[in-house]
Amino acid sequence: MQIRLAEIAHARSGDKADWVDFGLFAWNDAGYAVLLREVTTAAVQSHFAPWLPGSVDCWPLPNLLAIKLVLKDALQGGGARNLRSDNLGKSMGGALLRMTITLSEEEWALCHAQPRVGWWP
Amino acid sequence: MTKTVRIASGLGFYGDSWEPVVTSVASMRAGELNYVASDHLAELTLAILQKDRQRDPTLGYARDVVPMLVRLWPLMQTRGVRFICNAGGLNPHGAAAAVQAAFNAKGWKARIAVVSGDDVLASLTDNAAPANFPHLLNGDDISIVRERLVFANAYLGARPIVDALAQGAHIVITGRVADAALFLAPLVHEFGWKLEDASSADDFNKLAQGLTVGHLLECSGQGSGGNFGSLQAWQAIPDLAHIGYPMAEVQTDGAAVITKPHGTGGRVNFDTVRQQLLYEVHNPHAYASPDVVLDMSTICIDDLGGDRVRITGATGHRRPDQLKVVAGFSDGFKAEVTWGYSWPDAYAKAQTTLAMVKTQLAEKRVPHEELSVEYPGLNSAHGALAPLPADLSELNEVWMRMVLRTNSKAAAEGFGRLFPWMGLSGPAYTCGFSGLRATGELLGIWPTLISRERVEAQVRIDWLAAGASS
Repeated sequence: MQIRLAEIAHARSGDKADWVDFGLFAWNDAGYAVLLREVTTAAVQSHFAPWLPGSVDCWPLPNLLAIKLVLKDALQGGGARNLRSDNLGKSMGGALLRMTITLSEEEWALCHAQPRVGWWP
Repeated sequence: MTKTVRIASGLGFYGDSWEPVVTSVASMRAGELNYVASDHLAELTLAILQKDRQRDPTLGYARDVVPMLVRLWPLMQTRGVRFICNAGGLNPHGAAAAVQAAFNAKGWKARIAVVSGDDVLASLTDNAAPANFPHLLNGDDISIVRERLVFANAYLGARPIVDALAQGAHIVITGRVADAALFLAPLVHEFGWKLEDASSADDFNKLAQGLTVGHLLECSGQGSGGNFGSLQAWQAIPDLAHIGYPMAEVQTDGAAVITKPHGTGGRVNFDTVRQQLLYEVHNPHAYASPDVVLDMSTICIDDLGGDRVRITGATGHRRPDQLKVVAGFSDGFKAEVTWGYSWPDAYAKAQTTLAMVKTQLAEKRVPHEELSVEYPGLNSAHGALAPLPADLSELNEVWMRMVLRTNSKAAAEGFGRLFPWMGLSGPAYTCGFSGLRATGELLGIWPTLISRERVEAQVRIDWLAAGASS
């Protein structure tokens, strides 16, 4: 089945000069296994390519159930010369969460059956 | 033997709210909270401060520090809380003088240290001694922007703040200091951690823990549930209107608990804390600061529940030989116009208007590099990744945001005047127009590196004593 990343992950974006960076986080181990397989450098690059064709760097961080991503050449040279409304890429975390990924129904069920690691009373 | 130092997050940027900082300080009894550290400078902020300084040379600092300290100082003084901030921006002496004047007017006494020496514009623009300051991200040679540089500041580390605290500062006001160093410095001071002379893994790891704490606290509410990017999970974070900014309880060995004041909104848990941990980080195995290089891959985040999260395990490595510099250069002008149409045919009318704008730009030979067009409410955030609705003709209204990029100030100032006539002579049901005089200056950002020795030789600490001499 195909889902959007938002269904099993959360994300924040930030800027440094012309690069946008993302922290992408699974809610639990089951989700992280899917992220590791689906969220590759190539997959993220092709997701953004219709809009922002810059190259992508990617670092998995199993201790945080996270993947760190950097998208280069994404801000028209940097926030103080970027003409877009979102000149700092603050909303680009949402753009990442739009990405379509593929997983089995068993994986989907496991992602939602496993509790979240964090304290959410 | 073991001791706990508590630091509360101040502002996360110039313009942030200090009411949660008031709450943090007021929630503590005397002696419980030791420091407030406040980050007023985003990468872009120096560009804003540069424009202030051009208008008035006594400005160029984050002016919110004055009313913020006037509000906080009585609470901090009675509790023995010291305050560290980088609100000095491009003019730390100006910031300190403004704080001193406000304190004198109140009759308050405080020992204020000013840290300066981060300004390296002279080094970057020195044609007599052409040094190479290549662009950190793309390697370009600085000669292509050297004539247009308007500011250049190195990121200082913790040392001058540590020294100011050791010499009894109640308030430390700096220019460009690495954000997290505002928090690392009081830990180095309190625990006697080795800084320049760090040599063992234990030395480096303590600094790495301190840097991690600083990174988690430097963005105010972003470390306690604000700006939590997610599908639907964000609604489970309570009462953002009364968010509590994060606070850290740090032990001698660097182990830390991140928490927030009781009774405040927001959330400190595994998820909110790790979103902040990776924020504006590139290689997480080598997050460079002036004082230590942090490897985040060994950090352990234990969610203790009850808005308490324990941070341990950060790995540190020897600090870099060079300091990071962020410079800004003039990069033309922009003019921004927003124009709206209502149903029917709102989208088609916007397209027609856009075509007429382009016709005028061509016929009047308006010099420009780019005309950026977005449709706020449709695609301004995610560009081509945001699918447009299937039936564009039925949209209730369409807003079009057009921004001209030009090297001609006159062209920027004239852009808004291409529009008003269309109110009577263009398509019908115009529902809004703004931007007749919305011209702005654009600044390019030039990140580069500079030798540590060159900067440290010019770093100095000056002292002001509010109330003492009057």
